Amino acid sequence: MRLLSRTTLKQARAAAGRVTDPELPMLTLADLGVLRDVDVVGDSHVVVDITPTYSGCPAMAAMRDDLVRELSGAGFDRVEVRVSLDPPWTTDWITAEGRAALAEAGISPPGPAPSSDGPIPLTLQPMARQVRCPQCDSPATELVSEFGSTACKAQYRCTSCLEPFDHVKEI
Amino acid sequence: MTDHIQTPAEDEHDSAYAGLLVNDAHWAFGTDFEDPLAGVDTTIPEGVDGPTLAVYALMLGDDALVMSHRVSEWTSRAPDLEDDIALSNISLDLLGQARLLLARAAKADGSVVPVLPEGSPAPPEDALAYFRESHAFRNVRLAELDNGDFAEATVRVLLFSVWRLAIWERLRESRDHVLAAVATKGVKELAYHRDYAARWFVTLARGTDESRARLVAALDLLWPLWPELFDTHPVEAAAAASGVGVDPAGVREAAEAVLDQVLAAADVPRSEAPRRAGVLGRTGRDGTHGEPLGRMLAEMQSVARAHPRGQW
Repeated sequence: MRLLSRTTLKQARAAAGRVTDPELPMLTLADLGVLRDVDVVGDSHVVVDITPTYSGCPAMAAMRDDLVRELSGAGFDRVEVRVSLDPPWTTDWITAEGRAALAEAGISPPGPAPSSDGPIPLTLQPMARQVRCPQCDSPATELVSEFGSTACKAQYRCTSCLEPFDHVKEI
Repeated sequence: MTDHIQTPAEDEHDSAYAGLLVNDAHWAFGTDFEDPLAGVDTTIPEGVDGPTLAVYALMLGDDALVMSHRVSEWTSRAPDLEDDIALSNISLDLLGQARLLLARAAKADGSVVPVLPEGSPAPPEDALAYFRESHAFRNVRLAELDNGDFAEATVRVLLFSVWRLAIWERLRESRDHVLAAVATKGVKELAYHRDYAARWFVTLARGTDESRARLVAALDLLWPLWPELFDTHPVEAAAAASGVGVDPAGVREAAEAVLDQVLAAADVPRSEAPRRAGVLGRTGRDGTHGEPLGRMLAEMQSVARAHPRGQW
């Protein structure tokens, strides 16, 4: 029985691990750090914990539906998707594979997230980041806007090859 | 001509419409259709009064909902595409915070949720958003004013987020797991909103005579509602006393220190416009609002109210 449940858990994790992010389809939810836990709690009953990137992330329902579809397809009769708010998502949870996939897709991966303990100091200058162009690898880039095509990205432009690109904001 | 009529594919895998025929009907007017707190520990901490926690969560949630709606009215109307996207993102963050907080209020005390016609699929947070009258809203009046020009949006987002961030930095220590988690997540978002507005504040102040004049006029317009943000309502006092909430009066110094940094960088003095009085001493937290909120709710709520059982 023990061996069986371990195999089942492995299957559940593999199935959940295949689900990709609806807005960053080059990344799995696991690579994005949004998939927090997968557990088989009973006969054919799997519980998945996901966490939102931002409070208003509109993709949560699509993620849930995709997880239910994938796990049902893998033979699980009951799939429960729970929201985990604490600890809050941080870009530090994006895996090395995830960062490579982002860069490959022309999206600049985030640097280390700043500490968000204590009072958060006011920043009147544009965020100082070392961002390299994902197209030509030039370090000569400039911030266009802190708010990009989705809540989790900022807009940059490369002053060498002149291509605009998205950068995943550190939070 | 009959040669050109397409017959539906026999095999559903070949039909582009197959996926649309699944019966996944859900509530038509909400941001989502599942409990946003599913799996979150919503136990009320020991010694905390459920109704107090619920009304306190409504206050924080209504601030976010009403402010989100006003900021969302900028979508497609901002001065340029980047700012259109920025304001839309700010609005979305606040809507997410509102949803979690209204859901928290409903879980803490179900009696705050309006009773809907039988068969309505609206979840509790949407019942709160769409089916309450303006006097049941507990938001501060700063959030509800009609929109003005871009300088007005800049000043409003700045004042609102400086104040809200100061409260939420402390709310991270709330004894209520949900409020603590929502705040821990929200401070990161609010810091972006504040810094965005602060940079535009400095840019407009140091721009042309026209941009500076408009900015100063916006500050004079909104300044009368700044003191209200730091009034302590009895519900806030009770929530703070039981360790789940934050007394706004206690963050005034910290918030004004941040605001003064922005004013100094912009070389703009604090406004001298006097505080706007309440109505018989009652303000937004008491459910006393100006006409703009009524008009805003009429627009926001009318379709959901006309079709309380609406599904699509």
